[in-house]
Parts: sequence; C-alpha cells; structure tokens
Amino acid sequence: MTFNDSFITAIGGLKTNKSRSALTILGIVIGICAIILVMSTGKSAEDLILNQIRGLGSQTIFVDPGKEPQGPSDFGEIFTDSLNQKDIDALLKPSNVQGLKDLTPVVMQVMPVTFESEKIRTNIIGASDLIATIFDIFPNEGAFFTDDDIRQKASVAVIGSEVKKKLFGPSDALGEKIKVKGRTFRVVGVLQPKGQVSLFNVDDMIVVPYTTAQQYLIGINYFNEIIIQAESEDIVPRVVRDVKLTLRETHGIDDPDKDDFYITTQADAVERVQTIMSILSILLVSVTAISLIVGGIGIMNIMLVSVSERTHEIGLRKALGATEDDIMTQFLLEAMVLTALGGIIGIVLGALFSFLASLILSKIITFGWIFTFPVIAALLGFGVATLVGLVFGLYPARQASLKSPMEALRYE
Amino acid sequence: MAVIEVKNLEKTYYNDSVATPALRDMSFTINKGEFVAIMGPSGSGKSTLLHILGFLDRHTNGEYRFEGRTIDEYSKKEIARVRNKKMGFVFQAFNLLPRTTVFENVKLPLLYSDVKKSRRDELTFKAIESVGLSHRINYESSQLSGGEKQRVAIARALVNKPNIIFADEPTGNLDSKSGQMIMEFIQKLNEEDGHTIVLITHETYTAEHAQRIIQMFDGEIKSDIKVNHRHKARDYFEK
Repeated sequence: MTFNDSFITAIGGLKTNKSRSALTILGIVIGICAIILVMSTGKSAEDLILNQIRGLGSQTIFVDPGKEPQGPSDFGEIFTDSLNQKDIDALLKPSNVQGLKDLTPVVMQVMPVTFESEKIRTNIIGASDLIATIFDIFPNEGAFFTDDDIRQKASVAVIGSEVKKKLFGPSDALGEKIKVKGRTFRVVGVLQPKGQVSLFNVDDMIVVPYTTAQQYLIGINYFNEIIIQAESEDIVPRVVRDVKLTLRETHGIDDPDKDDFYITTQADAVERVQTIMSILSILLVSVTAISLIVGGIGIMNIMLVSVSERTHEIGLRKALGATEDDIMTQFLLEAMVLTALGGIIGIVLGALFSFLASLILSKIITFGWIFTFPVIAALLGFGVATLVGLVFGLYPARQASLKSPMEALRYE
Repeated sequence: MAVIEVKNLEKTYYNDSVATPALRDMSFTINKGEFVAIMGPSGSGKSTLLHILGFLDRHTNGEYRFEGRTIDEYSKKEIARVRNKKMGFVFQAFNLLPRTTVFENVKLPLLYSDVKKSRRDELTFKAIESVGLSHRINYESSQLSGGEKQRVAIARALVNKPNIIFADEPTGNLDSKSGQMIMEFIQKLNEEDGHTIVLITHETYTAEHAQRIIQMFDGEIKSDIKVNHRHKARDYFEK
C-alpha cells in the first residue's frame, strides 16, 4: 500500500467519526494554542523591552556602585556609597577617559509630591541637565534646568507629562510651586510624553538638579548611578576600559576582583534581557507542554477504543491482503493526522488570541507593544503536535496490526 | 494440478490448558478448477478448516500445502500477499466496509496489491460489472439489499483475479431467491472463468451445486463424494 493510499484510508477512518475526532483533538488544540500564545506574547514582551533599552542608544554606559549582583542575595550591594563627586571630576578629565560625550550622575527615590490639594507619589530623579541629551527627553513647555541651577542647588523641577496631568490637570504648570518632601520647587519644564526609557518611566517622574536632591531631599553625598554616553558605539569598549581604570585609581583598588562598582553597557543589557526572556519562555512552554501530554493520552485512549471498535474492519483488511505494516501505518497516520490537524487549529487560534492579547495590552501599556507571531513557534507547534500523534498513536496502532485476522473477523 | 493438499491435518484449541480438538486427521486434495463444497452441521469444524485453508489461521499438526508450499514456508508479508493475490473471500456476513461506496469496497484489495494505480479503477469497474451492479456503483453498502451486498463481496473477491475463492456460507443470510442468484454467480465463476471454489455450507441443497462434497462431522471427514446430479442455479430461475 502506498503512503498516499494509507493517507486517504486514514482520512476516511477519521471522517466516519467526525464529532469524536473533533473532541479528541481538543486537548491538542488547547495545548498548541497555549504554546503559541506564550511564545508570541513572550516575543512581543522581549521586543518591547529590547526596544526600550536600544532606545537609549547603544553608546550608553551605566556605572553602578557595589559588586555586580550575581543573585538576589547580592541585591544589597546596590545600596553602597562608592560613587561620589570625586569620581565624576576624574571621569570628566579627557586625560582619564577619552571619547566621553556626556555624563550625568543619578540619585533617585520615590517621594510624596503635592500641589495645592493634589498629592501623589512619584520618582524623584536627581541628575544633571545632560540627562536630557542622554535620554533624548526634552521639555515641550519651558526648559531644562541649567548648570547654574546645579551649582546653586536650586529648587527647580522638570516634570513628566503624567505627573503634570495628575497634579495640574489641564491647567498650566509652568512657574507653579510644587512641594517635594515638604520643600518647595518651581516647575521650569514639562517633558514630552515618551514612555519607558531603560528603567525609567519618563512620563511619571520629576527631574531635579542632583545637587539639590542629594542635599535637601535624600541627604546623601554619593550617587546611585552614573550614566555615560560615549561619542560613538565603536569606542564603547575603550571608554569602559578607561572608566574602570579611572575609578580604580580614584578608589585605590589594585585587584579588579575587589572593584566596588560595576559597568553595564547596552549590549550587556540586551543580552541579559534575552537570556531572561528565553529562560522564561522555555519555562512557560514546558508548563504548557504538560497539556500536550494530557492531550496525547486522550488521543491514545480514543485510538484504543477505535481499534477495538474496528476489530472487524482490521480482520477484513488483513483477509484481503493487508500486511501488519499496512494496518500499523493506517492507524498511526490516523493519530498523526488528528494531532496535526489539532496543531494547525491550535496555531490559528493561538495567533488569534495573541493578536487579541496584543490589542488589549497595547491599550493598557500604551507604548510600543507590537503583535509578533514567531514563525518558529508555528513550526514547532505543528511539529510537536504531529510528534504527539506519532508517540501516542504507536501503541494503539501496534495493537491493531497484531490482531489475528480470524479472531478479528469473528468479533462482532 | 493440486491447489490444496491436506494430509493428517489437525487443529486443537487450547483454553486454560483444556485441549479442544476442532479438526482431526483430515486428508484431501483439491485440484485447480474444482468446485468443492464442505458440508456439515454447525460445530463440525468447517469454518475452522476454511480459516486454515485461507491462511487466516494455523493448524496444529499435520500438513497443509497451498500450491505446493506450507504456511511455514511463507513470511508474514508473503502470507498477506497470497491472501491478496491468490485467494478471494466471500463471507456469510458480507463484511463490507460501512459508510463506504460499492466502488471503494470492491477496490479495497487492489490498494494492498502491486497493481498500478492507473489500472485499479478499470479492474474495479470490470469486477462490479461482472456481478451486474454497475448501476449501484456509488451506493454506500448500507443502501444495498442483502443479495446486492453479497454480489459486492463477490466482486471484491474477484477483483484481484485470485486462483481460488473461499465462500463461507455465502447464502446463509439471504432469502432463497437472492441465495440462488449468488449460487449462480459462483457456479459461473467456476465454469466460465475456471476459478477453483471452496464453498462452506450446512445445507445439502446449496452443497449440491458443487462438483464434490466433503462431509464433515465433529472435526472429521465423514465422506468425500462426487455429486452426480448437480443443481444448476440458472435452472431455478427458468422454472
């Protein structure tokens, strides 16, 4: 019997029991649908995060205090005071670091902010005015604070669009006085809506001179982070090296293992996100794969019922010249056609649900959620579904092929 | 030339170590072109014998040669091929595939043969034509009368041009008129087309359509005689 004939025979077998065939593949449909959904939304989430990171520009370098966290237990290392003004001064000397374009120290804390009767809690970012060029954020009303403001520790603030909306509603914010942690700040600029940039939600934050934040708001003399922009992407490794050497010199460190700071570049961040996302995807896909096993057992169960119901047919086919292989192929193909069909339906439904999910998510998150449908997920889904048919169809098909034609013909 | 040679054939069923002999010390030969009826009451072992002759079951002792070879000389695949190419089966219960057309039912043995795809339809049409069912070709088996079903089964048995046709109570489920018509076809296959026929029946009247009757009783051959006054199924309709 040719493969083509077996295939047609298998389809015929399935057609005679349409509703049962449909119910049987439901498990596979749901399993594949879940896998597609997870992989598709996972890919969209990854793209979203990567776009935000890349949005910062690939020449951005982060210097953080403490040791690079290797796990959750190292988290406390972030809150150390190893970066301070002395480091900034050293880094800004061209003789120490070549090719440094912009630099800003950053301090940050979530604080209560009030305007008249409105009260909110938001991120207070203490930075230099250069954060505007590094983050590519500019006020569409007013202007950023200046170098003078930083030197004079002026109480001026540039507020995000979301903050403006919450505190002032439709009325004008420029020149108004807001209170941060009890201290009065004058609003000098309102930022354009931009969404997330790296870890910062630009719309929901207030930028003040870092000197002001250090002294009057947080009461520290160190920085939470230093953000550096290299002149171009190509020289990033060289700038990183120079920054390391400079900081080791100012901190008096000989052994690189004892560094009390660590440096992250955009490339590192991208790589890290990709690693996390793929681990997360694998984990979720493995969980959903359990439903495929359940679906496969359902297939096996129904195929066994089908084999015993069709004992007579099997006997007849054998009497008419079907070999064991012919019978085996027929039933195996039935199982595989069933699951492959379930796979296709699952892929279509999965794509549909992912699309709906992306519609909803883009409404909730507002920025940059794009529907992606990874072709690899579809291929994988189809392959896995067919494989499930092969694995779970094998036993029933073998049972069918071993039936003695005489016994089978006698069976009523 | 002997198509079937049976020597001291025995078949014993073992069930929970209880041995039930079904066939005992049977010996006979069936030559090419013969029409033999195996007759006996139910339980006499005639169906068991037919299953062994048709390679659907194995004997326990003695010897059975089909075209000179014993079943042990064939591989499983070859046994399937012999059933497919050299033997045709007609059953009492017709055994057509449900929800399948006459055409597909008759074509079934060709799917398992090495007949070229392009030839299959043609052979199927011919076989259906030979049993006079061309007008029912696209009917499903459930839409046919009993007699028509059995004619489809005969067409299916013929389609691969087998050397021998085994018919197991082919008229058992039919009214006498349809039964006669089936017997007419079977006689015609033997006389006009030269097929060797082994017919199983418990009715003397049906058996007397054959050239020779092997009488069985309790798993043994009681008599093996030539039929002197054969019934001609065609005469039945002319009466």
